[in-house]
Amino acid sequence: MVDRVSARDTDWDGVRLHVVTGKGGTGKTTIAAALALALAAGGRKVLLVEVEGRQGIAQLFDCPPLPYEERKVAVAPDGGDVYALAVDTEEALIEYLEMFYNLKRAGKAMSRLGVVDFVTTIAPGLRDVILTGKTSEAVRRKRKDGSFIYDAVVMDAPPTGRITKFLNVNDEVSGLAKVGPIRNHADTVMKVVRSPETAVHFVTLLEEMPVQETMDGIHELTGVGLPVGGVFVNMEHPSVLAEDDLTAAAAGTLDLDEIVRAVKSAGLEHDAEQIAAVLASDAADHARRTALQRREKERLEAIDRPRYSLPLLSDGMDLAGLYDLAAALRAQGAA
Amino acid sequence: MSPTGKTPPALDVDGLLDDPRTKIIVCCGSGGVGKTTTAAALGVRAAERGRDVVVLTVDPARRLAQSMGLSELDNNPRKIEVEGDGELHAMMLDMKRTFDEIVEAHADPDRAKQILANPFYQSLSSSLSGTQEYMAMEKLGQLHRSGAWDLIIVDTPPSRNALDFLDAPERMGRFLDGRFMKILAAPAKTGGRLGVKVISAGFGMFTGVINKVLGVQLLRDVQTFVAAFDTMFGGFRERAEKTFKLLQTPGTAFLVVAAPEPDALREASYFVERLAEERMPLAGLVINRVHESAADALSAARSQAAAETLEERGEHRLTAALLRLHTDRMLLAAREERLRDHFASAHPTVPVTAVPAQAEDVHDLEGLRQVGHDLAARPSAA
Ligand SMILES: Nc1ncnc2c1ncn2[C@@H]1O[C@H](COP(=O)(O)OP(=O)(O)OP(=O)(O)O)[C@@H](O)[C@H]1O
Ligand SMILES: Nc1ncnc2c1ncn2[C@@H]1O[C@H](COP(=O)(O)OP(=O)(O)O)[C@@H](O)[C@H]1O
Ligand SMILES: [Mg+2]
Ligand SMILES: [Mg+2]
Repeated sequence: MVDRVSARDTDWDGVRLHVVTGKGGTGKTTIAAALALALAAGGRKVLLVEVEGRQGIAQLFDCPPLPYEERKVAVAPDGGDVYALAVDTEEALIEYLEMFYNLKRAGKAMSRLGVVDFVTTIAPGLRDVILTGKTSEAVRRKRKDGSFIYDAVVMDAPPTGRITKFLNVNDEVSGLAKVGPIRNHADTVMKVVRSPETAVHFVTLLEEMPVQETMDGIHELTGVGLPVGGVFVNMEHPSVLAEDDLTAAAAGTLDLDEIVRAVKSAGLEHDAEQIAAVLASDAADHARRTALQRREKERLEAIDRPRYSLPLLSDGMDLAGLYDLAAALRAQGAA
Repeated sequence: MSPTGKTPPALDVDGLLDDPRTKIIVCCGSGGVGKTTTAAALGVRAAERGRDVVVLTVDPARRLAQSMGLSELDNNPRKIEVEGDGELHAMMLDMKRTFDEIVEAHADPDRAKQILANPFYQSLSSSLSGTQEYMAMEKLGQLHRSGAWDLIIVDTPPSRNALDFLDAPERMGRFLDGRFMKILAAPAKTGGRLGVKVISAGFGMFTGVINKVLGVQLLRDVQTFVAAFDTMFGGFRERAEKTFKLLQTPGTAFLVVAAPEPDALREASYFVERLAEERMPLAGLVINRVHESAADALSAARSQAAAETLEERGEHRLTAALLRLHTDRMLLAAREERLRDHFASAHPTVPVTAVPAQAEDVHDLEGLRQVGHDLAARPSAA
């Protein structure tokens, strides 16, 4: 097969399913979207899948709520398309029942009666196998000429606490029907998820709880033999001070006289002493925060996986910011 | 203080903690905003001000739990040494254990054993969504009924949606009590009597499908579970309703916690409105992890201009960097302030307190005291 994209070495060449997890609120949806953009850059076609029914992708790309349908949501730098799909559990379950159990229309009636809700509640494994199934179908889908429809699929996945269960569908459905379509379905999903074509990425902040969850999550995934991808450190505050200045700022020994002189020479004659004091106290705070980030980063060193750093966008998130994050991912070799 | 002049009323935290009529404080809000931290900090402060307090935490950060002596999840309050006249106990919710206890309390020993051993019960009690919320409510009810506490402070489970805490118990009760559960449990008995055409017409097919998809074993487990659990169904619902009513009494105070970010404040807004609808007493809003600015010292614009001047000249490298830092901080503070104003204009009567972001995680008594102090600090009338 001819590679349509220029040969560019990235850390995930050969990976076609990127699963993005992390503690709640760390930026899973944001990073998944940025990664999709980055992977699409240069003329590829990428599908971004949302499985939690929250329309986070639509919000991020500033478009109306997505239907249960693959829709183009963005054009990547240098051409390339990002498609998005918001999987609706209920519709996906009905679709599945229709496909495998020949239940034309019955599905609709079931949904009116609330049976769907009921079934997915007593058997959460069923819901997961349907969500992962839908995704792995998109990964495997081919054109007539045998080439893949999507060059890559990125999944905005459930948070760390649920990811192992979510992906380890074989285990999950083991209590369900032992034979028949659901078993086969789970086996197919498992084959995709376990293959080297899949990588499970973790998004974290440089804070205690998200880092702990990342380490626990990676341990768990490894334990069941699922492929761990990279660690994406999000919202890192870059340190703007030199090493010795950081030390001095933390210890409260910055040269205040020098700062006062500098402030005055910059045209802030008035209140220069007070301004210098405010600057020093901001700096002390910054130094402590930097120290905390370093400590958490050191803990992450123990994880032998590629690591990427995404800056905190100080103007908040918008579409332009998303493209910036995508560019940062490409620059670091994540795509 | 705020640029638009919409200064919301200040939340009087010490007044709330000191009032002997305050019996229950519920800290709620969306995930990661600081509910657990706020609950723990209030506990420490209340105890040090003389109350006998128990704090029910749901998911404390590991280091915080350790520093509070809660490294073991034993579902029972543990004493924590604090200064002052009061007493502080803290516990961490064990949701499965709490569920088991309800079963043990309501079923005769044989039946209880049967239920606890049922595979369906086991997955239900540890993974059914809403279970954690239900059990937090249940534990709150138990602590309240025990009459052993002068003040109970509850943390709420980490859901992305702040309203889950109010809705989940009802949803779970409905599920356990629900029609399909009963139909599944006793198809023969109810098939004819339900009389609803749609159901009877499609019913055979549905159970057929469910059987095929889920497997006979799971269905059998569900059926035995339901049969054994049958006598408890009513009780389940009733318990949830009782606790819900308890939350409407004037001795309860809700504190909605939010981060100064659009999503968290939007959730807080929904929650405030919902509490009013349910006639549940809101004490106020806690905005946690704010970045304060010494606003009058040096504005973002002047700070940036000064930084540029120094950078152009290539002088005073350190101060130029400090000015950049300060600029960013002022911009952040201004953005947060706008979000707070926005909330205040939508809910002008809701009392508010703000807690500055500490440079480090809050993981010991000292950090909690600081948060407690910040919670109680009221901006001097200006
Ligand atoms: N690098 C960044 N700079 C600034 N803001 C960011 C950045 N990354 C994410 N955010 C913001 O942080 C918030 C949480 O991000 P996001 O919704 O992507 O997290 P999530 O992990 O998907 O959350 P949830 O667990 O609720 O699904 C959003 O408001 C988002 O705009
Ligand atoms: N004011 C604060 N300053 C610094 N860190 C804080 C502050 N409030 C909370 N944190 C930290 O934020 C993280 C999440 O807080 P937590 O109380 O567990 O949130 P929640 O219970 O709402 O999920 C913890 O690591 C905690 O130490
Ligand atoms: Mg998300
Ligand atoms: Mg918590």
